[in-house]
Amino acid sequence: MRVDLVLENWQLFASGVWMTLQLTFLALAIGFIIALPFGIARARRVPVFSPLINAYVYLFRGTPLLVQLFLIYYGLSQFEWIRESWAWTFLRDPWWCALIAFSLNSGAYATEIIRGAVETTPRGELEAAGALGLSPFQVDALVLIPSALRRALPQYGNEVVFMLHGSVVASVITLQDILGAGRTLNSKFYLAYEGFLTAAVLYMAITFILVMIFRRLENRYLRHLRLSRS
Amino acid sequence: MENLILYAPLLARGALVTIALAVLSLAFATALGALGAAARIAPGRIGRLIVTLYTTIVRGIPDLVLLLLVYFGGQRLLNVIAGWFGQDGVNISPFWAGVLSIGFIYGAYLTETFRGAFMTVPRGQIEAAEALGLRGLALHWTVTIPQLVRFALPGYANVWQVLVKSTAVVSVIGLEDLVGLANDAGKTAREPFIFFLAVLLVYLCITFVSTTIFEALERRSARGLTHAR
Repeated sequence: MRVDLVLENWQLFASGVWMTLQLTFLALAIGFIIALPFGIARARRVPVFSPLINAYVYLFRGTPLLVQLFLIYYGLSQFEWIRESWAWTFLRDPWWCALIAFSLNSGAYATEIIRGAVETTPRGELEAAGALGLSPFQVDALVLIPSALRRALPQYGNEVVFMLHGSVVASVITLQDILGAGRTLNSKFYLAYEGFLTAAVLYMAITFILVMIFRRLENRYLRHLRLSRS
Repeated sequence: MENLILYAPLLARGALVTIALAVLSLAFATALGALGAAARIAPGRIGRLIVTLYTTIVRGIPDLVLLLLVYFGGQRLLNVIAGWFGQDGVNISPFWAGVLSIGFIYGAYLTETFRGAFMTVPRGQIEAAEALGLRGLALHWTVTIPQLVRFALPGYANVWQVLVKSTAVVSVIGLEDLVGLANDAGKTAREPFIFFLAVLLVYLCITFVSTTIFEALERRSARGLTHAR
């Protein structure tokens, strides 16, 4: 085990961590923006939109992220009109392709999470809000969404870890994320496993930090739902 | 489109590799999950510690990282071990590296699934079986396992669906599965979009078919109980 080489090349891994975190959290943010209206529309079974959203969710949740990424990164170059359009500046860049694929993927998973949380909102909560004279829009913005998002926290925490782990496929299209850094180290010094092992440790550390953060958030925001144990 | 038809036999072969990989990984994961759950439930403290360590570590590492570690690191390890015995190195194929690492990962998830299902079997059932003189494997095989299947199935089906998608990453180490072959064929035919779209559809078909099968199994495992609702 050449720990010295790993330590000497710490900057490689530091920039890898930055790339991974950047992709993961940007994708989660964009995914969330997609998922909030989609999830609510699904829960309310809005005609026309709901089946379309359902098809989107089914497609992205039912297929591997790696293939989704390949479809966007390698697939889109097949069409000349895309290569000649303004969008090509983004679509030829692996970073943008990864971000698009990850965001759409995370959006699909988050849609299902939000749909579930909205559907399980106790009716009484909404009726109480209505009885207090809140308009339908106010009920959504002030009661339904905050309440649903709180209850979605545990599952959303899983989705965050899932996205972090899913983001490793970025290294397959040459991006220098954590795994990319590990692969570079290995090929630079003809190593068999040191780079991968370092990557594994880094992913594990980030996972545990995320799990801890979500446990704290749950303690804070779901306090009112905990059963009092006497 | 014509190219897709031309390459259809090749892609079908790739799909078979994907399915074989997924099924063997599931078998390995099931064995690990059963062992893990047994160790978790059994009174031994060391067994419980090992299983906790196993499930915690696995949940922290992405599939592709473990796969590369097993494929390249495991190769080195095997060569070193073979060297001690004065043998030439043994080669790990991408397929078996995939079965090992994917099975290892989802074994951890199945450990939790099986343990959770075991908890739902009422203690009285086990006590009654013991009173009848059953113990050890015979007790579990005839009393607990048939009952926990019903509770384990939904979680098991879930793990299977995630596992199938996970097999796609094995193409990264050169396995000629559905993804790997479609990647090559798509480049040759200069229609990568069409080929990857076809791959997505095959995965959706696998998902759809397995959902149907698992639903049938769930109905069967709940026979005689449905009227209670």
